[in-house]
Amino acid sequence: MSARDRILAKLKAATPASAGELPDVAGWYATHRGEESTADKARRFRHFIELAHAEVYAVSRGGWLQKLYEVLSAKQIDKLLVAPGTPHGARAQSELPPLGIACPSYEQPIESWKAVMFNDTPASFTAARGAIAETGTLILWPTPEEPRLMSLVPPVHIVLLDATRIYNTFFEAMQAEGWKNGLPTNSLLVSGPSKTADIQQTLAYGAHGPKELVVLMIGDEQ
Amino acid sequence: MSAPNPTDSNMTPHALHFMPSVGFRARAKDVVENPFLRQSFRGAMDFLMSKRAAQFPDPEELESLRDLGERIRQYNLAKLPELLVQLETNLTRNGIQVHWAETPEEANAIILGICQKHAAQLMVKGKSMVSEEIELNHAAEAAGIGALESDMGEYIVQLAHEKPSHIIMPAIHKTKEQIAKLFHENVPGVEYTDNVDALIQIGRQVLREKFEIADIGLSGVNFAVAETGTLCLVENEGNGRMCTTAPPVHIAITGIEKIVEKLEHVPPLLSLLTRSATGQNISTYFNMISSPRKPGEKDGPGEVHLVLLDNGRSQAYADEQLRKTLQCIRCGACMNHCPVYTRIGGHAYGTTYPGPIGKIISPHMLGLEATANMATASSLCGACGEVCPVRIPIPELLVRLREESFTAPHANPAMRGQGAGYNALTSAIWRGWAAVYGSPALYRTVSWLGSRFRWLMPRKQAGWTSVRTPLQPAPKRLRDLIKERP
Repeated sequence: MSARDRILAKLKAATPASAGELPDVAGWYATHRGEESTADKARRFRHFIELAHAEVYAVSRGGWLQKLYEVLSAKQIDKLLVAPGTPHGARAQSELPPLGIACPSYEQPIESWKAVMFNDTPASFTAARGAIAETGTLILWPTPEEPRLMSLVPPVHIVLLDATRIYNTFFEAMQAEGWKNGLPTNSLLVSGPSKTADIQQTLAYGAHGPKELVVLMIGDEQ
Repeated sequence: MSAPNPTDSNMTPHALHFMPSVGFRARAKDVVENPFLRQSFRGAMDFLMSKRAAQFPDPEELESLRDLGERIRQYNLAKLPELLVQLETNLTRNGIQVHWAETPEEANAIILGICQKHAAQLMVKGKSMVSEEIELNHAAEAAGIGALESDMGEYIVQLAHEKPSHIIMPAIHKTKEQIAKLFHENVPGVEYTDNVDALIQIGRQVLREKFEIADIGLSGVNFAVAETGTLCLVENEGNGRMCTTAPPVHIAITGIEKIVEKLEHVPPLLSLLTRSATGQNISTYFNMISSPRKPGEKDGPGEVHLVLLDNGRSQAYADEQLRKTLQCIRCGACMNHCPVYTRIGGHAYGTTYPGPIGKIISPHMLGLEATANMATASSLCGACGEVCPVRIPIPELLVRLREESFTAPHANPAMRGQGAGYNALTSAIWRGWAAVYGSPALYRTVSWLGSRFRWLMPRKQAGWTSVRTPLQPAPKRLRDLIKERP
């Protein structure tokens, strides 16, 4: 008998006859969490993610590139990793270089340029799939065009978010989008720049992931 | 690496291996007499308790969410064998390789086997208490593979050749000055600084180089979702994401109990976990991994493995009451609120998991022979049970474990090492005590004799008089005083 069979046999010998009804998760959320307008959700999202030290800027659908340029200039960053296979990445790559900001692409598998990613990539630009108001959380679903390490290795991560894609809760997001029917290789909730309180409970930002997280929020009218 | 130095004055005498519970009293005494450690733990626990309280302003919301959390955990445990098979099927379909281990030795052999297949030299580790439980770092070292902790707290305790003293905040027993000294002495080219931001940046620099070159990334698992075949990880630093994304191979290890059937079971448990653990409404990162790198994807590990570890959990599972131990989501709130843990810290217990959860889970992992007295390190005040986000009746389980440990060995015990703490004389004394208090006539006689012969009481009364004045029966019993009233 294998370890697998022995473990399962021991557990099966003690399994209760019935597990009872499925836990009523939807019922709990229906009675304990309200629904808000897009503007209210945007406000709440912004409040919580700012508490977690992210920077949030209101932008318009056409005008976000100008804000992106301003943010990079203010931080004195002249190099931005982009995903040219996405509409926002392509736009950044066509419009930023004339303004003096180089926009290298994430086009090759990481093995061929890992050292550059780790040592010579000061910032990156990706989109969020959506967000969660109650915790101030970005939902990221990395894709072949916009890979996983983009939102992790560069010290500054800038994210484009459409405010109409903000959900009230994590539960609502996964239900509305039918996540249980198929998740990508990696999906992420990100709620601020990387941090730690492991030394004497003193909060410090920039532990292993991005030191700064910037959100460009489209449609936030504030 | 040099040998650990247990005599270093500022440190808890620690062990790199599990210690039998006989050393508990001595270790606890050392901490109780050390004002620095007392202050570290008191301060940290007060901080964590107030942060948790601030996250649950509405008692109704808290209690109903705890009810839901308990229900979810009990539902999933009731279906555990079925869900493990479902998880295995779906992970395999997604391309994640599943391994099963009954013991720590088997788990280490599986992990090191994968490392050797890839001729790995360096493994970077995200925070995983199960990897501590199996003492993977020692096994890796013995096999000539570097195992580097990358969670800041874990990195610090590894540099100090110690074990974590708290399951969420591993270096909680250390002051920033001690950490400054540790970095200065152990990290080449680092000047002494006790600025916390500077210290974290030093750790970041050192570990970034390792994430870049590591062959293997190891992580724990907070929730494994059966219906989708997904491994979920909770963290703040980003090292968990590094370990699971940057190296070419990712190995995850988890206890068999951390499984949920439905993806929708995750949001309530995640909310309970982060709010109870560190008082955060959510952690910085919640990482859901469902497959290795697919064709066309440009990063992520090409291989992902999951090791499912039993190590005594199936023993707890077999008993309806003890099964509740497995509801745990490892938030650490029970230790943060425990008056005993707060005073003696995590190392005194001598086990991987300290505090109330350690006292109820360790006997299943190590047997009662090695943990006979652990359940007695409690005043049964009930704080742990009151804050447990999934309503594990910890005090009730502590009483049960005392019974298992101290009653005479019998046939078909529910636990390995049942009766390990049994002592015929102590047991006879308690039986006599029970008989006296169970019979009014006997009680009258014995208390009368006690008041007459009170001068016969010895001056030294075992453990009692080590820190207290001796006990002596009153010259007159309550019964006598009542009779004398006019």
